[in-house]
Amino acid sequence: MFDVSVRKPGVGKISIPHYPIDMVAANERAASFTTRSIKASSKLDALYCAIEMVDLTTLEGMDTPGKVRQLCGKAINPVPPAIQDKMRSFEKFRPIPKVAAVCVYPNMVPYAAEALDGSGIQLASVATAFPAGQLPIDIKVSDVKRAVKFGATEIDMVIDRGAFLEGKFQKVFDEIIKVKEACGDAHLKVILETGELKTYDNVRLASWLAMEAGADFIKTSTGKVSPAATMPVTYVMLQAIQDYYEMTGKMIGMKPAGGIKTSKQAIHYLCMVNETLGQDWLNPEMFRFGASSLLNDLLKQIFKQVTGRYYYDDIFSMD
Amino acid sequence: MTKKKTKTKTKSKTKKTFKFEYDAAPESFKVEIEEKYYNFIGGEFVKPKSGKYFDTVNPATGKVLSKIALSNEQDVDAAVKAAKKAFEGEWSNLSGLERGKYLFRIARIIQERSRELAVLETLDGGKPIKESRDVDLPLVAQHFFYNAGWADKLEYVMPGKEVAPIGVCGQIIPWNFPLLMLAWKIAPALAAGNTVVLKPAEQTSLTALRFADICYEAGLPAGVVNIVTGAGETGAALVEHKDVNKIAFTGSTDIGKLIAKNAGKTKKKLTMELGGKSANIVFADAAIDQAVEGIVSGIFFNQGHVCCAGSRLLVEESIKDVVIKKLKKRMKQIRVGDPLDKNTDLGAINSKDQLKKIKDLVKQGQKEGGEFWQVESELPPRGNFFAPCFFVDQSASSTISREEVFGPVLSISTFRTPDEAITKANDTNYGLAAGIWSEKVSKVHEVASKLKAGVIWANTYNKFDAASPFGGFKESGYGREGGRHGLLPYLEVK
Amino acid sequence: MDVLKTIKMFAGGAFIRSESGATVPYIVEGEELARVCVASKKDFRNAVTSAKTAQSVWAAKSSYNRSQILYRMAEMTQGRETELMNLMMASELVEEANVGEEVQKAVDTFVYYAGWCDKYQQVMGGLNPVAGPYHNFTAPEAVGVVSLVTSEKFNLSQIVDNICSIICGGNSVVAVLSPESSIFVSILGEIFHTSDLPSGVVNLLSGKIEDLATVMAEHMEVNSISFQNENETIYFDMRSRSIDNMKRIIGLNQNSRSLELITAFVEQKTVWHPIGV
Repeated sequence: MFDVSVRKPGVGKISIPHYPIDMVAANERAASFTTRSIKASSKLDALYCAIEMVDLTTLEGMDTPGKVRQLCGKAINPVPPAIQDKMRSFEKFRPIPKVAAVCVYPNMVPYAAEALDGSGIQLASVATAFPAGQLPIDIKVSDVKRAVKFGATEIDMVIDRGAFLEGKFQKVFDEIIKVKEACGDAHLKVILETGELKTYDNVRLASWLAMEAGADFIKTSTGKVSPAATMPVTYVMLQAIQDYYEMTGKMIGMKPAGGIKTSKQAIHYLCMVNETLGQDWLNPEMFRFGASSLLNDLLKQIFKQVTGRYYYDDIFSMD
Repeated sequence: MTKKKTKTKTKSKTKKTFKFEYDAAPESFKVEIEEKYYNFIGGEFVKPKSGKYFDTVNPATGKVLSKIALSNEQDVDAAVKAAKKAFEGEWSNLSGLERGKYLFRIARIIQERSRELAVLETLDGGKPIKESRDVDLPLVAQHFFYNAGWADKLEYVMPGKEVAPIGVCGQIIPWNFPLLMLAWKIAPALAAGNTVVLKPAEQTSLTALRFADICYEAGLPAGVVNIVTGAGETGAALVEHKDVNKIAFTGSTDIGKLIAKNAGKTKKKLTMELGGKSANIVFADAAIDQAVEGIVSGIFFNQGHVCCAGSRLLVEESIKDVVIKKLKKRMKQIRVGDPLDKNTDLGAINSKDQLKKIKDLVKQGQKEGGEFWQVESELPPRGNFFAPCFFVDQSASSTISREEVFGPVLSISTFRTPDEAITKANDTNYGLAAGIWSEKVSKVHEVASKLKAGVIWANTYNKFDAASPFGGFKESGYGREGGRHGLLPYLEVK
Repeated sequence: MDVLKTIKMFAGGAFIRSESGATVPYIVEGEELARVCVASKKDFRNAVTSAKTAQSVWAAKSSYNRSQILYRMAEMTQGRETELMNLMMASELVEEANVGEEVQKAVDTFVYYAGWCDKYQQVMGGLNPVAGPYHNFTAPEAVGVVSLVTSEKFNLSQIVDNICSIICGGNSVVAVLSPESSIFVSILGEIFHTSDLPSGVVNLLSGKIEDLATVMAEHMEVNSISFQNENETIYFDMRSRSIDNMKRIIGLNQNSRSLELITAFVEQKTVWHPIGV
């Protein structure tokens, strides 16, 4: 690969460090976290922690205001209060926390904003012509502004992968800057769609472009492309975040999204964050899971840890 | 890299965060250990004629696990006789295919009993269960499976030549990979049609004796595999026995030389897999994060008790600071402790003696100057433990730069050009292995071709496979183990 | 009066006398045929120094090039057919009826090994099918400086065989020819000298192995020994003495014209590299 440089408004030309990644060794390191065996109270703590990191997501063509309201209800009260009350008799039980955010399409933002009002839960929206990003920038910007206006506190944008693979890094970079401006106070998560970037070298470069352009978070995937989040790709992004922090002192957040369905997977991701970026990233301000079905599995495992019994899915709401 | 601290989120901000500490995750499998173990000779467990036993100790706790037969010359003689009898009889009458079937069967039994064997290996030797479970045992089974298939194809080992087995092979193995070294020795020897007398290291006899049990379970003809336990004198008796046709030794260079000196006076064939002080070279154009992983697995795998450990890190001067910074951060994540805990990365030092040796060498190193850095790990109160550490910029003639420490101790120095890296890497009497980290393929090939070492890991380190020949140049010994090349030392070429 | 010449040794690309000046008469049927040099320990050490320098040059040449140089040796031997036959007859080492055949055998041996130079790597190396995403191959490379002790009995093609099996794989050789063979040192040296072989790759000394065994076994720059002599006592003593640098010693009952012999003087190097994008 060659050196990449981009022009940054107010700064001038900046170079993006060339930083090769060896695929096999990166895969091997990422896999090593899957052999971590998390037991007893550390497991319970991790499960509780993971719930607080969930961006509870629905991104379907068939989404409706009703569906979104239900999801918001689940976000606020992951477990029906009656069941939660029954659990209080168990010594290890602590109240189930609310999730970090709800993530919806721009059209659903007004309904979600209303449902989440006063809950303290963030409202994320996938603006910028999600999931392909194949629309002109002015439309993306207005998409973002509209979502923010209707109450989105976080914007999950997609980068233009076509432009990236074409080598038009300045275009990718400029779009992120413009979207960041349009975000105002809303936090910006930049989705790289790693499943389309294909190589870890590309993922590293895209991560760095996004961070330099002002991303608050970098995020793996839309969930619409396979593979979505993987351990190795997340590992590569975590290392980029670490290096960026070392260089600039700025802490950038990380969000793997798509494909994380089980508590076991989530705990392995937490181990990976713990052993790469460290404890300062183990909170919802710095780390999120983009997921939907994961939440119920986390609850199931918490109940198992607390009561010693296995629970079936039906007692949890399926939203 | 310059650090321009700015506003936004920085670590100074106090916020609710999750202190993720891993609770103990001990391997739950309980392995049965008998009070006393005998030699395995002629298909039976027999009491030592010496009548003596020695303790085998769990290095993580200091507790005695069992008593092991301390074999004398007579015990060794009985084992060699049994091996000779088997070689001259039943074993040589079998076709290669039938011989191979026994090895396939042994491979299968090892796979089935791998959990038991892994736990036993960890108990007796102190290596993390993660490694005995995920590295040692799979490789042990693979070595038997791989070599099994050679038993009926020996004419392809040396094309154009006729080959025949050598006879009785005396095999002496070390304590760092007890069962794996046994597999490296026994599998090719049997595939080639020989019979063996194997002496495990006195610190780690238990898995070899469990392997004897597996031979029995597999129905292997009596005397094909014999295990005699004991220390140096037992090994010496094996080396000196007149009916032993070949000696295969893995261990320290000093002992190896002594064996070669004695066995050299006879017609015995020799293979020697000895020590190393292998260089791990990191160029500025390497994939740095992966190189750091390679440095860590290079020197801290198996507590650094690895003959091919990448114990000399040579890093290009321009990236020295960033590599050391990343390395320190990474080393802090190494979990030192109970080998049976599934999250332990660095287990117990194999013995008190070895711990003392490591400590003495490190002390000597500290006297000789250079920067010393060690992870501040909380070590278990009992047992033999040592936290990972490194020295930076010691002179090339310093103790730590030249001596094989055989522990989690890394020596770091720098180079400026590829030629300098090659010269420094080759500046050792050893020649077992070397690592190269660069994303430039032509450079990798150039450097690989100029390093005087038997195994070159480019952009990886400490990888092993039954199909891959292993062995050294120079004072790291001769002969290869693994792959087609590994059969040759067990065959007579006619 | 005949002028008796001294048969010079061949080392470092030059024809030399022993630094000690020691010579002995080469007697045939009670008559002195010539004087031959008796190599000293210092001669041996000097030859090793030359061999060490030459070895990296020789090993760096392409296998194809080495192959052509060995073939050139066959040509040079054929060109000296008459001279060789005459010397065999004069020294009475070979029956007159057989001298032609003996020379031809030596020529054929050169040709045989010339063909191996660029092939043994494929036969003895290879791709190792490891269970993981790694490209893994094993390739032989030269062991370095090899010292050769020839048979007490003269046998031209056997000497050629012993030398070729060493240099074929990119090694250099310091050979000590037995007293009986010592009369051939110069003419063999001329063959190597005129074959485009880099100076110092082949070094031919004459002398008694009893005098040189210890220095040979203990010399740290000698990486391997090809012991083709019949004296088992010396062989085992050398084997036992050579442990300081873990010399590879090949001896007793080795075959001629053998891939196994070439293999004996190479190290197998295995290289791993990940396969990934």
